[in-house]
Amino acid sequence: MPTVKMTSHLYRFFPQLENQVITLPSGSVAEVLHGINELAPGFTDYILDERGAMRRHVKLCINDTIVIDRKALSDRVQEEDTLFIFQALSGG
Amino acid sequence: MSDTLILGTRKGTVILDRTTSGWQARPILHAGITVCYATRDPRDGTLWASLDHGHWGPKLSRSRDGGETWEDLSTLKYPEGARHILQYLPTPDFEAEAPTGEPDYANATVYKIWYLAFGGPNQPGRVYAGTIPGGLFISDDGGDSWTLNRPLWNHESRGGDLFAGGATSENHWGGTPASIDYGVFEPGIHSILVDPREPNHLHVAVSSAGVLESTDGGETWVGRNQGMLMDYLPNPAADWGHDPHYITQCPGQPEHLWQQNHCGVFYSNDGAKQWKKVSVPEAGVHFGFPIAVDEQDGSTAWVVPARADMARMTLDGGLFVARTTDGGESWQKLRQGLPQEHAHDIVFRHALDVSGDRLCFGSTTGNAYVSEDRGDTWQCLGNNFPPIYSVRFG
Repeated sequence: MPTVKMTSHLYRFFPQLENQVITLPSGSVAEVLHGINELAPGFTDYILDERGAMRRHVKLCINDTIVIDRKALSDRVQEEDTLFIFQALSGG
Repeated sequence: MSDTLILGTRKGTVILDRTTSGWQARPILHAGITVCYATRDPRDGTLWASLDHGHWGPKLSRSRDGGETWEDLSTLKYPEGARHILQYLPTPDFEAEAPTGEPDYANATVYKIWYLAFGGPNQPGRVYAGTIPGGLFISDDGGDSWTLNRPLWNHESRGGDLFAGGATSENHWGGTPASIDYGVFEPGIHSILVDPREPNHLHVAVSSAGVLESTDGGETWVGRNQGMLMDYLPNPAADWGHDPHYITQCPGQPEHLWQQNHCGVFYSNDGAKQWKKVSVPEAGVHFGFPIAVDEQDGSTAWVVPARADMARMTLDGGLFVARTTDGGESWQKLRQGLPQEHAHDIVFRHALDVSGDRLCFGSTTGNAYVSEDRGDTWQCLGNNFPPIYSVRFG
């Protein structure tokens, strides 16, 4: 099953995810994110807006590849893949 | 008079308590997170902070134990089908696609929760939130759930009911530069007034559209921009397109409203039915963001003037507060205790407040000043706060 790794900043809001190995069934990026939301209710509100699109300063990668579809999150996460959740650099 | 101050800053929420040895700041809350507005519900003491996460989207944070513990809420969302007509910043370097001539629509998402206001004593749990891109939200359960106020969202001044289809009227709501940080140019609601005599009597101010009034709890809205004058559109007295920076209402004389506008200071003594420009540019009172009115005397108000829209800073390198006690007929510059050299601060729209004889303001330079005597003299609360976005007595 795919693995999910995320910026440690998100543990501030979802401490139940810290130090966990997160594996979820393969599927679209949207499906994987909603799987995390089952583990940590409210998680998708931090990654996606209310239209289900990726927030402007969030970046997702499947292995080394940046997720292209930021609106529908249709990119596929395969069995051996790792989905990375980053915060894009911004601010000061 | 309140003995508590609540600052919303770029790096968190700062609460200060007035003790026998002066104002003392507590350890910062929401550390590292931008707090664009923080306040206290006077009905039950709930503390609120609007978190402007750079990455994770706007969230409200609520404390029901005086700030000991906080609960972050993701409950304020635009409903499915909420759309608005896209605005375009008229500069060549703006990244949005060029307009086509026909309205372009966008699905609404919350960019910023800019302001919070509270219902009357007989409306427990009622909370109002003003947002960019221009939606007014209402909660009747203390923030657990929110409803978009559709009569305002669907107002004819904004193109009509876009839930139902295409625009049926012209959109007169312009964008606010405060939205550019989010990569958009959309309107925002930054002022919500609840009439203390009748809580279903509301005023909101929209940048950049103007002031609207409801006398039926938000079921219907009418523009209240008579007497307003702007200097950036061909018709200065047009019904719409005005840029209120902040409006406030005298609790003791609610028919007295004050408005610091992009184009000057305006005053109404008839419930916003007629505004009167009371700027005195030659006296330094014209441009600025915040405005405060005395709790009892509707003809007494304070502003923190700035130089101009193209130079958002003090007028002459010295900070002053201007006070009128005669409905804007005359203004007095209050400088005692404020820095008069090399001070270039700008004070944002929510960063001035009054409580009895006390006033406080904070600047984006991280300076905060309090007065115990209606602005005659000032003392510094600190020079090393993060950039201050809101100041509220709690």
